Amino acid sequence: MQIDLTEAEIERYTRHIMLPEIGGIGQMRLKTARVLVVGAGGLGCPLLQYLAAAGVGTLGVVDGDVVDLSNLQRQILHGTADIGRPKVTSASARLHDINPEVRVVPHNHYLDAANADALVGDYDLVCDASDNFTARFTLADACVRQRKTLVSAAVLRNTAQLATFKPHAGENLPCYRCLYPAPPPEAPQSCADAGILGAITGVAGTLQATLALQELLGIGTGLAGKLLIWDALSFRFRGLVVPRDPACGQHGARHASHAD
Amino acid sequence: MTTTITVNGETRHVAPGQTIADLLASLGLDIRKIAVERNQAIVPRSRLGATQLAQGDALEIVHFIGGG
Repeated sequence: MQIDLTEAEIERYTRHIMLPEIGGIGQMRLKTARVLVVGAGGLGCPLLQYLAAAGVGTLGVVDGDVVDLSNLQRQILHGTADIGRPKVTSASARLHDINPEVRVVPHNHYLDAANADALVGDYDLVCDASDNFTARFTLADACVRQRKTLVSAAVLRNTAQLATFKPHAGENLPCYRCLYPAPPPEAPQSCADAGILGAITGVAGTLQATLALQELLGIGTGLAGKLLIWDALSFRFRGLVVPRDPACGQHGARHASHAD
Repeated sequence: MTTTITVNGETRHVAPGQTIADLLASLGLDIRKIAVERNQAIVPRSRLGATQLAQGDALEIVHFIGGG
């Protein structure tokens, strides 16, 4: 890859470029990358903040919500003056302030079955920072169809879960439905219903940013085929193996037909 | 003769030949809301009824969360 960085970019990203795992070539990979982030809430804000600061060239942000006073306890891209504004608008403004070299593409609507494939297909890597199971399953299925790596994070109350799903990259690697086959009935669904310690979203969103950057750079072992669970009350981090479910319905067949 | 296992760190005794699905039913857990970890690996939902508990198994119930 041709290294095409301005002097200002080289200075901005010096602490990256000096890392042997990144260097100028890695920084160029980030500059040419396109990442889709679904949700500009508790997870999405710290995730987007670090992806923008890191110099990911194009960041698509999908969220149809507006900023509410009760969001500000954790959604750190939005300020008090942003209440009532679309989240993608306040997030874009703040991200531009952090790093004007990055192009932010606001998608001021929710992800649904009608738009998911086109959105996912237009990006290199997808991050799930959404707040409901409908969006999570819709996004995960579109990523399997479009053969895009999905870096997934979820939080609730005092817990975070993270995993990377890329069944197209290996025949033993699971998709989201290998872990959770279908949306649960009548579970507490969102942080609005069940509550969340705000700082936990910051840790989880920053872990998600780390995973996304490593996927783009091709460094580290990542969390494909694994599930990281953080229980913040016992302060225990656990890494579990997630095998592919041989009975994973249409996805099982899709995995097989898509395995390289 | 019983099989000794742990569930979320608590010791339990189950009848030999019991499956993970049997155990979950006896605990009143709805498998549509959880995943099950056995000895540091998730057991796919489709395998819960076929996986027999073995002496010393350590199980943890993983709750399905989707907040953001």
